[in-house]
Amino acid sequence: MIPSQFDYVAAESTEHAISLLAERGDDAKLLAGGHSLLPMMKLRLAAPELLIDIGGLTELAGVTIDGDELVIGATTRHADLAGSELVRAEAPLLAYAASQVGDPQIRHRGTIGGSLSHADPAADLPMALVALGGSVVLQGPNGIRTVSADSCFRGYFETVMEPDEVMIAVRVPRRPGVPWGYQKFVRRANDWAIVGVAAINGRIALANMGATPLRATAAEQALAAGASPAGAAEHAAEGTSPGEDMHADREYRRHLARVLTRRALEHQTG
Amino acid sequence: MTRIALTVNGEKRSDEVEPRLLLVHYLREVLGLRAANVGCDTTSCGACTVLLDGKSVKSCTVLAVQAAGHDVITAEGLAPAGELHPVQAAFRQNHGLQCGFCTPGMVMATVGLLSENPHPTEEQAREALEGNLCRCTGYHNIIRAVLAAADASTEVSA
Repeated sequence: MIPSQFDYVAAESTEHAISLLAERGDDAKLLAGGHSLLPMMKLRLAAPELLIDIGGLTELAGVTIDGDELVIGATTRHADLAGSELVRAEAPLLAYAASQVGDPQIRHRGTIGGSLSHADPAADLPMALVALGGSVVLQGPNGIRTVSADSCFRGYFETVMEPDEVMIAVRVPRRPGVPWGYQKFVRRANDWAIVGVAAINGRIALANMGATPLRATAAEQALAAGASPAGAAEHAAEGTSPGEDMHADREYRRHLARVLTRRALEHQTG
Repeated sequence: MTRIALTVNGEKRSDEVEPRLLLVHYLREVLGLRAANVGCDTTSCGACTVLLDGKSVKSCTVLAVQAAGHDVITAEGLAPAGELHPVQAAFRQNHGLQCGFCTPGMVMATVGLLSENPHPTEEQAREALEGNLCRCTGYHNIIRAVLAAADASTEVSA
């Protein structure tokens, strides 16, 4: 399968990428690892006229500490995130989530910024970001803004990012030693979650239970009120609106959300 | 058209390519290196696996322009003509193939794995090949070959 024709520019800097986006608007797309965008382009679900390659911008990759947060460059690849000693110590849930994306070859190419911008509600990293209560840092022609994970995702494959904004970094609170749980139910190797659950610090996030990664707020409230993990998990599917596909109907997804939430709360590491 | 310069199997290459040209098509059709196969063409089967800067990637989901300035190794580049790389030798010795279509990808994924983890357990080897599908389902001998290749590299370095 061959993508439709496009022009290609390797961005020289973040500002260069932003100015090209501002010029070309919806006709342009950012390219980093390309592991969400290129499959869409090969299927002709996306046909941008210009690809702006930010994959070579070293200024956008790497992990640092800023006070009580980890700052992860948007073009940091999944394998580097999963293998980072810093991330494994300070935000082990995020490192684990990165290790669950696709397969080794995919993790060698795909980036955290790409996965979050793509905003597939079944994906690992959007769910992990919501569970951790992290945020994304967006840079556009008018400056830099930070958007919390809870308000970043708007719908299927849709975020609050403007067409002329570049995601430059991801921020997550440092959580060394805090117990966390992660459950991903799949039936095939290297697949997306049929349902996923990530839990840490009283927050519970669900993958593939609606148009965006969702908080299981009813279960969180039950937990805060003193319910047992099993008791809280009974509420995990409340307020969700899962879709149906060949893998699972809605009621089965709701059942999975309850079972996986119980497992995520009962089998915590950290 | 965009000019790309890169290294493939140790040789410097420079070519004019369409930006939409996939790396696997560049390797197969421009350079005539046919080891990397196009299987599923959807980043699932791993038959197109090559090493990009030493790391396994699926070349059906990389643009040739993204490889500019980088180092690509295909199965043709693993060993001098007429010789076998230890991983290739282990696949032959253990009959780690049936129809052979997935084999170049399996071999390249294995070379990538052993560079990161020279002594994988069987479970680690199976997980590391999660992105490579064998349509003959010949996985047992493939895993035997991976573990034998790891042992062979130990003997060489010992």
